Amino acid sequence: MPIIEVKDLTKVFGKNTKQALALLDAGHSKEAILKETGSTVGVNKVSFSVEAGEIFVIMGLSGSGKSTLIRLINRLIEPTSGEIFVDDQELSGLDRSNLRKVRREKLGMVFQKFALFPHRTILENAEFGLEIQGVAKEERMKRATEALQLVGLGGYLEQKPGQLSGGMQQRVGLARALANDPEVLLMDEAFSALDPLIRKGMQDELIELQDTMKKTIIFITHDLDEALRLGDRIALMKDGSIVQIGSPEEILMNPANDYVERFVEDVDRSKILTAENIMKQAETVNIEKHGPRVALERMKQAGISSILVVDNKRMLKGYVTADEALAARNSEIGDLHSIVKADIKQVEKDTPMNEIFTILHDSQVPLAVVEKDKLVGIIVRGAVIAALAGEVTDNA
Amino acid sequence: MLDKILDIVPELPVAEWANRFTEWLTDTFAFLFNPIKVYFGDFMEFISDNLLLIPPLIIIIIVALAAFFIGRKRIGLPIFSIIGLWFIYNQGLWDDLISTFTLVLLASILSIVIGVPVGILMAKSRIASVIITPILDLMQTMPAFVYLIPAVAFFSIGMVPGIFASLIFATPPTVRFTNLGIREVSGELVEAADAFGTTGAQKLFKVELPMAKSTIMAGINQTVMLALSMVVIASMIGAPGLGRKVLSALQRAEVGSGFVAGLGIVILAIIIDRMTQSINQKKK
Repeated sequence: MPIIEVKDLTKVFGKNTKQALALLDAGHSKEAILKETGSTVGVNKVSFSVEAGEIFVIMGLSGSGKSTLIRLINRLIEPTSGEIFVDDQELSGLDRSNLRKVRREKLGMVFQKFALFPHRTILENAEFGLEIQGVAKEERMKRATEALQLVGLGGYLEQKPGQLSGGMQQRVGLARALANDPEVLLMDEAFSALDPLIRKGMQDELIELQDTMKKTIIFITHDLDEALRLGDRIALMKDGSIVQIGSPEEILMNPANDYVERFVEDVDRSKILTAENIMKQAETVNIEKHGPRVALERMKQAGISSILVVDNKRMLKGYVTADEALAARNSEIGDLHSIVKADIKQVEKDTPMNEIFTILHDSQVPLAVVEKDKLVGIIVRGAVIAALAGEVTDNA
Repeated sequence: MLDKILDIVPELPVAEWANRFTEWLTDTFAFLFNPIKVYFGDFMEFISDNLLLIPPLIIIIIVALAAFFIGRKRIGLPIFSIIGLWFIYNQGLWDDLISTFTLVLLASILSIVIGVPVGILMAKSRIASVIITPILDLMQTMPAFVYLIPAVAFFSIGMVPGIFASLIFATPPTVRFTNLGIREVSGELVEAADAFGTTGAQKLFKVELPMAKSTIMAGINQTVMLALSMVVIASMIGAPGLGRKVLSALQRAEVGSGFVAGLGIVILAIIIDRMTQSINQKKK
């Protein structure tokens, strides 16, 4: 059951919105519409839904319409057409007072440049949303203080925003949104104004907070690394349209088009990809059933010089080489126990690729990928190099 | 020959229109102007009479203390206030000072009470802004003397028409600066207020006005100064105070007494100006 659902949401900036909409329906391009009507299409028929508890990242370059999109959701910008459902309540038709109610109770927002009120103390800033709702002084102080403690600013209640660093100011911005206990957090480039180290720290903290809060978060960013770190799902925007929606994996692995691919190109793949992404199906023999003959036959078929050995439960036992299997067959040995070598290197399936690289570097045998000692796949050198070069195909 | 093109339209009776309009205003709103003239005039006299009941020494001390605390405990302005006010007392201009002060005080308060809401209206409504801006331009560029004529027509002579003329002359800065201050509030803060579900009034009082405060205060400072400068001109229609002393010195070509009364106005101006500016800077 999605908590937010957006259907065909469109924003046209300019005067001839009706004409522009008609042209848009007829499938004209953004440029053609600008030329024809003088109106700019900011967001073009965007549809998506966000599940409760999900971090949904909307990513795009500047001018892609992502900031407009997030403001359409709480109607800071009025949509030209389309529908927005929050908890099954349609927002685009709401009157002013009902819209205020939704904004107060359901939608919290965090801004790129913090947008703290400089004339108010940190506590008063965090209290703002509750104050607007007419919550009694004591109650709102209590809740605002809790929210500030949650973001680690319990000791700065009486300071003014100007006295805090950027990272701390954005914590206040987050606390201000959280104090209302909204179901949905709209975060508009919330960490973009922070310097890289602080940004990374804030991302980690947000993930940590999210583990306990279980809010639904819509996060806008232009930074793919940030999107990959935070997003349960990512929507990629270009020219006001969503080009692709998917998990970070899907976006990286199967870029929907050239634009996504170019966006993805810059990511340091070795950090993002794990063993699971580049491993192949392993050729195996079962130590409890098979002998050297089966092992040799399978190696011959697959064209490999060694094969992994597992037991009935697919627990990894080691490997045998073709030479030794041949010798064992010639000496009429019926099982593999005597020739299994256990000195195989193995990695857990969520090991990042940059670590795999060093392990694989001085190993002749392919690398076994395990999940709790159970064999799930193997990695050969070629696959690592191919993955680094960006030629990943989903083999898992 | 060519000149005849300019003469196609005969002289427009604009002056006549203005006359008739003023007459019409006077007749139509007499029910409004007359009580204002009587009651407001009485009220002003009541205030200045009461201020005169307070011994000058006490007032000097109060002003010096106020200057001390408002001015972040600096010593310069309090000392200047004591010496300046004593000098005015010494020159026998104390009664005139109180009259002038009453005039400036009331004119300023009225200007602010009218100017701030109008400024807010301008900031909020584009239509209001389009209509009011040229009116403000007119109010500020029209020679101040011109206001005296309808003022007399409406309220005859004395303090009340003086206030009326000051009001027209001194209100524009407060309106303009209020408008400017609210428009200058950063878009992100307004968005933040909206995103939290503020009503229009909550946004205005909790975000916009506090943020615009120092700009509005700068406008109010200007308004007070203009009201003071109008005092001299208003004396031409019988407003009492230091201005009347300047005027009578002018009529009799007495350089000395004119200079002394002028000095009194300067002293009052400096004290008021520095005090209103200090209020503004206090929060920084």
